[in-house]
Amino acid sequence: MNELNNNRFDHCHECIISIEDVSFYYENKTPVIQNLNFKIFERDFVGLIGSNGAGKSTLLKMLVGLIKPVSGNIRLFDQPISEFRDWDRIGYVPQKNAMNPFFPATVKEIVLSGLYGKKKMFKRLTKRELEKCDDSLQALGIEKLAHRRIGNLSGGQQQRAFLARALINNPDLLILDEPMVGIDAETQESFFHMIQHMHKQHNITFLMVSHDVDMMYSYLGHEAIHTSGKLKFYVKHSHDLEDCVETDLTHSLKGFIKGEALKI
Amino acid sequence: MDLDIFLFPFFQKTLFVGFLIGIVAPLIGVFIVLRRLSMIGDALSHVSIAGVALGFIIEVYPLALGIVFALIASFAIEKLRKAYPSYAELSIAIIMSGGIAFASVLFTSGKGFNINVQDYLFGSIVALNTADIWIVFAVTLIVITFVVISYKELFLVTLDEDAASVSGLSTRLYNILITTLTALVISVVIKIVGALLVSALITIPVACSLVVGKSFRHTMWMAIIFSEIAMMGGLIIAGIWNFAPGGTVVLLSIALLMLSFLFSRKKSL
Repeated sequence: MNELNNNRFDHCHECIISIEDVSFYYENKTPVIQNLNFKIFERDFVGLIGSNGAGKSTLLKMLVGLIKPVSGNIRLFDQPISEFRDWDRIGYVPQKNAMNPFFPATVKEIVLSGLYGKKKMFKRLTKRELEKCDDSLQALGIEKLAHRRIGNLSGGQQQRAFLARALINNPDLLILDEPMVGIDAETQESFFHMIQHMHKQHNITFLMVSHDVDMMYSYLGHEAIHTSGKLKFYVKHSHDLEDCVETDLTHSLKGFIKGEALKI
Repeated sequence: MDLDIFLFPFFQKTLFVGFLIGIVAPLIGVFIVLRRLSMIGDALSHVSIAGVALGFIIEVYPLALGIVFALIASFAIEKLRKAYPSYAELSIAIIMSGGIAFASVLFTSGKGFNINVQDYLFGSIVALNTADIWIVFAVTLIVITFVVISYKELFLVTLDEDAASVSGLSTRLYNILITTLTALVISVVIKIVGALLVSALITIPVACSLVVGKSFRHTMWMAIIFSEIAMMGGLIIAGIWNFAPGGTVVLLSIALLMLSFLFSRKKSL
């Protein structure tokens, strides 16, 4: 199974994340991640499942450059991670409990902050960028919540705000770190449906860490394509999807949310 | 009651310095409080008075040494935080007691007896000289410029450090900058409110504005407004009735905190 994934011959799809023989351990302790090899290709949907302490967070932290692997290499969009600078190609939805719930920012301020990373000091946001923010809010059906404080919203609404932030740069890769923790089952389901819709209709690659095995199974199948230690990777490849790709994410998400009458 | 106090140049100076401090303390305080570092102000101020005491003894400008000490302490806290990663508050407790221990030894040794310790612990409205005013003015300019220029980066780092790193920001750099500026602000605030109460000035107006703030920007502005009301009101009351200025300002800001809770009871934090 390993071989299959690593040597998969793929001309037309760019390698989005390449994990090459990566190991990680904290001082003198048993390795958290050992000799991990895995590649994520364009428009793959990768579900990463593992029990507590399996190294999910550690792996995510390495993939976004927060910590360095003890050995091995990581490449993002075919560049070594140390040289990678196009961070706006990656949308990141943090764990709900990573954020201070009393943070006094409004939904709009949070969504706009998705643009801050690439803005130079002194530069103000342009009209075009403010429109992007409105698009992003509308896409997720939370435009009415724009001026509400994030802490006063429900878990599902908060998670949508963070997804809107991640989408504001039209990312090629979306990383979701346990996006469903602390959200009720019904909202979880509609959130996951929305993610699936984005995957099916758009050219976005997904890496999603989750505890919720059932939801992953239902979309990605029961068979892990790769196992390393306690980490399990479930993948839906782009060639399993229809080609029809919509270009306007905002428009298509709006349509989707309307059609499904999704609960926020 | 002594209204003549407004005619004295020393009191006018105090009001001016109070006004500047009323802006910078909550401005840096917003970021400190939201990053759950409220106690850092106490630690830095206690170390800073050790510097002030040493300044008196070796006859170097005390405020300057206070600033140097606070800066060193801010870096020590960051280092200790790494040594005890899950006990951030431990590093603050160590630095705080270390600072006050050093200060107490200095204050009671040899020449230290000549220092008016009370001024540094509880603050004083008569203790300002021209150099102090210039330093407060410079620190105010630096902090305002920093917050205006890097508002976006500060917002990101304060909201969620991981997400900030993913968008390509050096969170380490901003952590160091925030702590350094906090050390600067604390050292200059000590003169007026005293080391024991400095952190109240950084945290209480922010606590008020967190209750009423509608957005992040609004919260920052409200923190400054609360802080100015408490500062100006407190200094004037202290001047007229001859109270300790630090205590008066802090009590007034706690009163404001209670009022803001009363007026927005439906909102829960």
